[in-house]
Amino acid sequence: MGAEREQSGADGQETWSVPSPALRRLRRAQLLSVTSPLVVASISSGLATGAATAGVVAAGSVVATAAVTSVLLGRRRRAWGFAERADDLVVRRGVMFRRVSVIPYGRMQYVDVTAGPFERLFGLATVKMHTAAAASDARIPGLPAADAAALRDRLSRLGASAMAGL
Amino acid sequence: MSPDPPDPVASSGPLDPGCPVAPATLDAPVAPDLSAWQRLHPASAVVRVGPVTLTAILVYLATSAGGGLAGGGRGGGDWSELVVAAGLFVVGLVTWLVTRWRLGDGVLQIETGLLRRRSLRFPLDRVQAIDVVRPGVARVLGLAELRIRMAGGAARGRLAYLTVAHAEELRGRLLAACSERRSASDEPGTPGPPPSPTETVLYTIDTARLLGSLAFSGSALFLVLCACSFVAVGFVAPGAVDGSAAVAVALVLGLGTPLWRRLNGELRLSVSDSPEGLHLRAGLLETSAETILPGRVQTLRLVQPLTWRPFGWWRVEVQVAGKGATGRRDRAARKAGRALLPVGSAAQAEWIARRVLPGAEVLASPPPRRVRWKAPLRYRRMTAGFDARYAVTTSGRLRRVTDWVPLDKVQSIRWVQGPLQRRLGLASIHLDAAGRAVHAELRDRDALEASGWLWSLPERCRAARAVGSRG
Repeated sequence: MGAEREQSGADGQETWSVPSPALRRLRRAQLLSVTSPLVVASISSGLATGAATAGVVAAGSVVATAAVTSVLLGRRRRAWGFAERADDLVVRRGVMFRRVSVIPYGRMQYVDVTAGPFERLFGLATVKMHTAAAASDARIPGLPAADAAALRDRLSRLGASAMAGL
Repeated sequence: MSPDPPDPVASSGPLDPGCPVAPATLDAPVAPDLSAWQRLHPASAVVRVGPVTLTAILVYLATSAGGGLAGGGRGGGDWSELVVAAGLFVVGLVTWLVTRWRLGDGVLQIETGLLRRRSLRFPLDRVQAIDVVRPGVARVLGLAELRIRMAGGAARGRLAYLTVAHAEELRGRLLAACSERRSASDEPGTPGPPPSPTETVLYTIDTARLLGSLAFSGSALFLVLCACSFVAVGFVAPGAVDGSAAVAVALVLGLGTPLWRRLNGELRLSVSDSPEGLHLRAGLLETSAETILPGRVQTLRLVQPLTWRPFGWWRVEVQVAGKGATGRRDRAARKAGRALLPVGSAAQAEWIARRVLPGAEVLASPPPRRVRWKAPLRYRRMTAGFDARYAVTTSGRLRRVTDWVPLDKVQSIRWVQGPLQRRLGLASIHLDAAGRAVHAELRDRDALEASGWLWSLPERCRAARAVGSRG
């Protein structure tokens, strides 16, 4: 299962790769793991204190928030994207606050691949690019683990060949 | 002394940035030069453990002398101070014994540590700055500390302590080696020019003016305001004085410390020009001498707080990769950058900025008028622009700020658009330079212009880097 590709970009020339659809399932699972204890806790505390209606209302609002977030998860996944250009990597992200970062290969100090417990469950990984600037934090979540490793190797190879001093 | 001879053992290409440096060679060739292992000054055993030991010894001497006069014999003296002092002294002595350094083939090597031995190598062609710092105690004994700053912050070489003359001489040699390394990096080990003592003083900061500028800084005025209100509280409600006294003390400590640090770090600041770079010397109690190598400046910032505007004063700060001479003590100071000109007229600020960033002729343009809806106050001061070598941006309604970033130092370029900006058809471009929170923001530009910049700036930065590495 490779990363999806789509043909659209800020200047229409980039081939953007977006995270795997499994990222949405991963985010849903994370959302579920946060909301379900909250729902259980609010209902049970409502029953315990005798204010059952309040408990149900609290649980309902939690569920409603989770539902709205869940609908937005697909958009948020598709907002992520990266394009490997000749001399730099372009990463885009965000729905409300849109960001596009351009990182020259020669400026990458090192590239990380991390996978938390949830990500491992879905066979995904996050690639993080680090430059000497603390502000340029670029990461690409939700890549299939093999793709992430391949991307890391590609980036480090390009970085080593184009390395520039500070 | 002659410069370093080529060292056959350690000459394993530390110049190639991609190549890892060779492992430390422990059995170094014995030469009567700096390429042989050296020790620090013996007195550093005492200075390093600091004033604590000295105080303990003094206290012990005082008490035992008093006891000797009164009771005869040292039985009456308190042994604990002596034990503490002796322990600290032994620690200092061991540290001194196990620390050694040498300078060979363009690499400064420092070995230290008794149980956990560390060998640090500092390739001179990648040094960001070299400082000579003299804390209070070291100053009394005529000692100084040499600090080598590399990019990345964590790796910092300390040679603590050397005699002042030795430290200055070594700094000169290191700087000469640095510039030689950078200019002729394909001929390792060529005898470089001797350490040049020729430097011309560009300017010295007038103490009265510095004091004035500190007095008219925001925190000082706030302190005065607090003092006035404290006195007022004392008159109106004498019962509440105790409570407000605690607040006052906290305020004085909180606001006064940065002021004191600035005073200590910038008093009698003198900036001089030399072939190796700009030399900065300053200090009241702790004196420091820093060197800013040419082409190592990441960003330059001109600041004018609101309270300085009537006087037309400006402050010029530069950011160099790596930790500042003040070390990790002061996060705010590190973030603020090194003051190249703590206070000066607009013409002086402009002049030194041009000296650090030669050929800076950027035409900055204001953003579209609709930005008034998003930033009604800031709008009038906002401009941004770039040319082939530098990007510049001005902002701030109350505190006026002008930021310069050399394009060859840009690490990454970010385009950001928030919901309000999207409605107004605007976007911002951030240029990130090496370091913590060091960036220039070309704020609220027309969306089309911003995306044009986003795709054209990487090419310009690449071109600027190519020029920079050739020159």
